[in-house]
Amino acid sequence: MMDETLVQGSLDTLRAGALQVEGHGEENLFVELLHHVQDSHELEIPFLGHIELPQFTPFEIAGLTIDMSITKHVFFLWFAALLLCLLAIVAARKNRKHPVPTGFGNLVEVLVVFIRDQVVVPNMGSGGIRYMPYLLTTFFFILVMNLLGLVPFGASATGNVSTTAGLAIIAFIMIQVAPIRTQGLGHYLAHLTGGVHWTLWPIMVPIEILGLFTKPFALCIRLFANMTAGHIVIVSLIGLIFVFKSYIVAIAPVGFVLGISLLELFVAVLQAYIFTILTAMFMGLGMQTEGHGEHVESGH
Amino acid sequence: MDSIGLGYLAAGIGAALAVIGGGLGIGRLAAAAMEASGRQPEVAGEVRTSMIIAAALIEGVTFFALAICIILATK
Repeated sequence: MMDETLVQGSLDTLRAGALQVEGHGEENLFVELLHHVQDSHELEIPFLGHIELPQFTPFEIAGLTIDMSITKHVFFLWFAALLLCLLAIVAARKNRKHPVPTGFGNLVEVLVVFIRDQVVVPNMGSGGIRYMPYLLTTFFFILVMNLLGLVPFGASATGNVSTTAGLAIIAFIMIQVAPIRTQGLGHYLAHLTGGVHWTLWPIMVPIEILGLFTKPFALCIRLFANMTAGHIVIVSLIGLIFVFKSYIVAIAPVGFVLGISLLELFVAVLQAYIFTILTAMFMGLGMQTEGHGEHVESGH
Repeated sequence: MDSIGLGYLAAGIGAALAVIGGGLGIGRLAAAAMEASGRQPEVAGEVRTSMIIAAALIEGVTFFALAICIILATK
């Protein structure tokens, strides 16, 4: 919630800066551009204009104001989920019919095998196979959401901190559940002491508990910041054209935006991969039955 | 210079320092990874995987610093 107001505030600052640069007159163009980065209550339809999304009046539960309105990011979250369901069903049907996958089924199989052989098994051992459905869902869901942000008139739901926070909460639960299921609750609690002498427990236990929360928090912020930063860079470069109001100046920003867009394509895939591999690694940290004595240090 | 101006200045300097730190960190990491896979090409795949993970962690810390700069700039 705090971060959302934070981003909103930063965008307002950018907009104020744009107004100062523009002075008066055609400042609306740049303000219009910044709208594309933010969450909004309307949906853009190519060549047809805007659609107002339904808004509900906020209600209060235990002092928290909850607004359940469907925004642009919520729409694209659902759209990504539907698209992913559709693509997965199509790929699975195709692969079931033909023993040797071809075309789209082949593409999906390459990614699934990559996640299994490069992400899950090296980090979690063969016991990680039972968590494959969760990790694959995470990977493909984030990938589809990220890529939707690069489609014209689209928006990436991962550019909203609420979405990534939701993903991180699920990851947090899975990171706790995986070790408890393989080693039992006693072993899990013993792990929280870090394997040090009991006189050091008052220092060690709070640090370990803090460590439990920093991992998913870092996952949340990393994904959100990466996606939002890319969008803001593209908007700023496009905005240069409107600041200078010249066709000749447009040549340079368009070239830059092409490059940044290609980088964004790479970042979209990379961040989905990073989120998945880090979740798998954190889950796998508590799953190794051997070598518990030396505490495996993970980067926070 | 009023306090708001100082806030903007701090945000700018902070962002620059964060980027310098992150760039240096990832640069050193990449250099070491290149050297390692140059010496032992057979483990290049594993080196690349751990390099990407470490780069993501460094990047995460840099983003924390940049988030603080955004808070400063919007205060």
